Amino acid sequence: MSSMPQPELAPEIIRVRGLRKVYRVGVLDVEALRGVDLDVRCGEFVAVIGPSGSGKSTLFHILGGLAPPTAGEVWIDGVDLRKMTESERTVMRQRKVGFVFQKYNLLPTLSAKDNIALARAIAGIKTQPAGFESVLKMLGIGHRLGHKPRALSGGEQQRVAIARALVNHPAILLADEPTGNLDTANSNAVLELLRDLNKRTGQTILMITHNPEAAAFADRIVSMRDGKVAEG
Amino acid sequence: MINKLVIENLKHRWVRTLLSALVVGVLVASITTLIGLSRGLLEERAARAKGTGADIFLKPDAHGTISFSSAPMSDKFLPLVRKQPHVAQAVGVLVQPIELITSMNGVDVPQFEKISGGFHYVEGGPPKDPDDLLVDESYARQKNLHAGATVNLLNHDWHLCGIAEGGMLARFVVRLDRLQELTSNSGHLSQILVKLDDPARTNEEVARLNELLAGNLKAISIADVLSQFSIRSFPQLEAFINVITVMWVVVGFLVVFLSMYTAVVERTREIGILKALGARPRTILDLLIREAILLALVGWVIGIALALLARTLIVTLAPASLNVVNVPDWWPKAAAIALTGALLGAIYPGLKAARQDAIEALSYE
Repeated sequence: MSSMPQPELAPEIIRVRGLRKVYRVGVLDVEALRGVDLDVRCGEFVAVIGPSGSGKSTLFHILGGLAPPTAGEVWIDGVDLRKMTESERTVMRQRKVGFVFQKYNLLPTLSAKDNIALARAIAGIKTQPAGFESVLKMLGIGHRLGHKPRALSGGEQQRVAIARALVNHPAILLADEPTGNLDTANSNAVLELLRDLNKRTGQTILMITHNPEAAAFADRIVSMRDGKVAEG
Repeated sequence: MINKLVIENLKHRWVRTLLSALVVGVLVASITTLIGLSRGLLEERAARAKGTGADIFLKPDAHGTISFSSAPMSDKFLPLVRKQPHVAQAVGVLVQPIELITSMNGVDVPQFEKISGGFHYVEGGPPKDPDDLLVDESYARQKNLHAGATVNLLNHDWHLCGIAEGGMLARFVVRLDRLQELTSNSGHLSQILVKLDDPARTNEEVARLNELLAGNLKAISIADVLSQFSIRSFPQLEAFINVITVMWVVVGFLVVFLSMYTAVVERTREIGILKALGARPRTILDLLIREAILLALVGWVIGIALALLARTLIVTLAPASLNVVNVPDWWPKAAAIALTGALLGAIYPGLKAARQDAIEALSYE
């Protein structure tokens, strides 16, 4: 029997083991994550799906360095999050993670172009990243960059938010319900964009959603329930 | 980019920005106008004293005495002073306050003109008849008066005999004997102006007159009189200005504090966005401090413009009322006061924003 050559697996960019997160609400401890295990390989497009209260948003916040874990291991691009100080997690948000939110979260006082430029300024990067023009072209917002968010449609705002998330070449793009505020046509357009980005540039994407149709755009679906990974 | 964000934030809430800057501007205008007014009044009095042409002023020696009279000096000192060697001329003056800051001076006009070189008349001539009144040009312009008019001052109708250029002796000049009679000060004076035959002997003569008239009159050289007309010579005025300055810093602090605090609460979500993008707490503090500084600087510019406008209006509409001068040397101090208030006001809201939890801020509606 001849041995078949095994396909080489991409390295893990997210590795989570036994992740727990406990919030203090008044006098009560609320356990949002109860031992999550998750691996995401470089270049994967993973959707985390689950009902409200399943802990998917808490997982999003911890992976993005917005909140520290209570216990367990969290490795992002080879760096252990548990050992990071608040200041180191801030630097991680500048360079390693790009966020896309449900409500777009663009600064209303700045134009689309300046919203994108601000992400670079905060990261202390002065030059335009190589290949970013092609990303803007793919997003189809080149002609709308001079406008402020209030002059853009929801779909355009979300595409600007994606451009902002990608401008510093993050290792991971974290998207929290990116189509939650969009109609069906715009939702599909944004999801196709994310899938295109993933295929063309190999950008790792982890998308949180409660919508199975949106999750279907991903390569892999991870289901969460009661603070644990149920399937995936 | 951060500076652009600062400017855009201020532009975005332009009504609040404008109102806050306007309040800071009013504070700056108030302080510079107060200083300009204090200095203007003192400079005006100094100019009038200098314009008399006298080398020495003789005033009652008030040491150990309290007098409520405007004329506490006997006019019998006048012949004694005139007899002194090197005294070329000596003229008695009765000063009668009219309003808060103006006075009417009674003087022997021909004698005074010998000392001063004479008034420069714009209209008419010197007081000759008992009820003749000479006023300065700015008062006549403000009241639209011309020679021959009747002017009621001290409950008395005066005949306006002449209008002279300002900056000499007083705004209102009448005959000494008439003013003494009207104010029940017959035989009394407020001060004696002395002209020496040689001004170089002033200090020497001041010392000699002080020795001769010790306990009765006090001789002061014109140079010393002029040096007294500065804010530093009035400790009470200086203290008042210091107290007002502290109050302005407090008001500036409160205005910027309220403005920044409201801005921080309103922009909670935006602060969350900045934190998600990786902004450090010091970047957020820096952002708000820059906003406060810009607010203070815009307020300062508005304040200087308001102060210049206020001075122009006062000088144009009421030239004889308050003499306000521009005080460019105080502009940097006013900027420092505005900036101090603004920076103090930005610290707490800035720290509150810097400490904001990113997740809570992002979920803020």
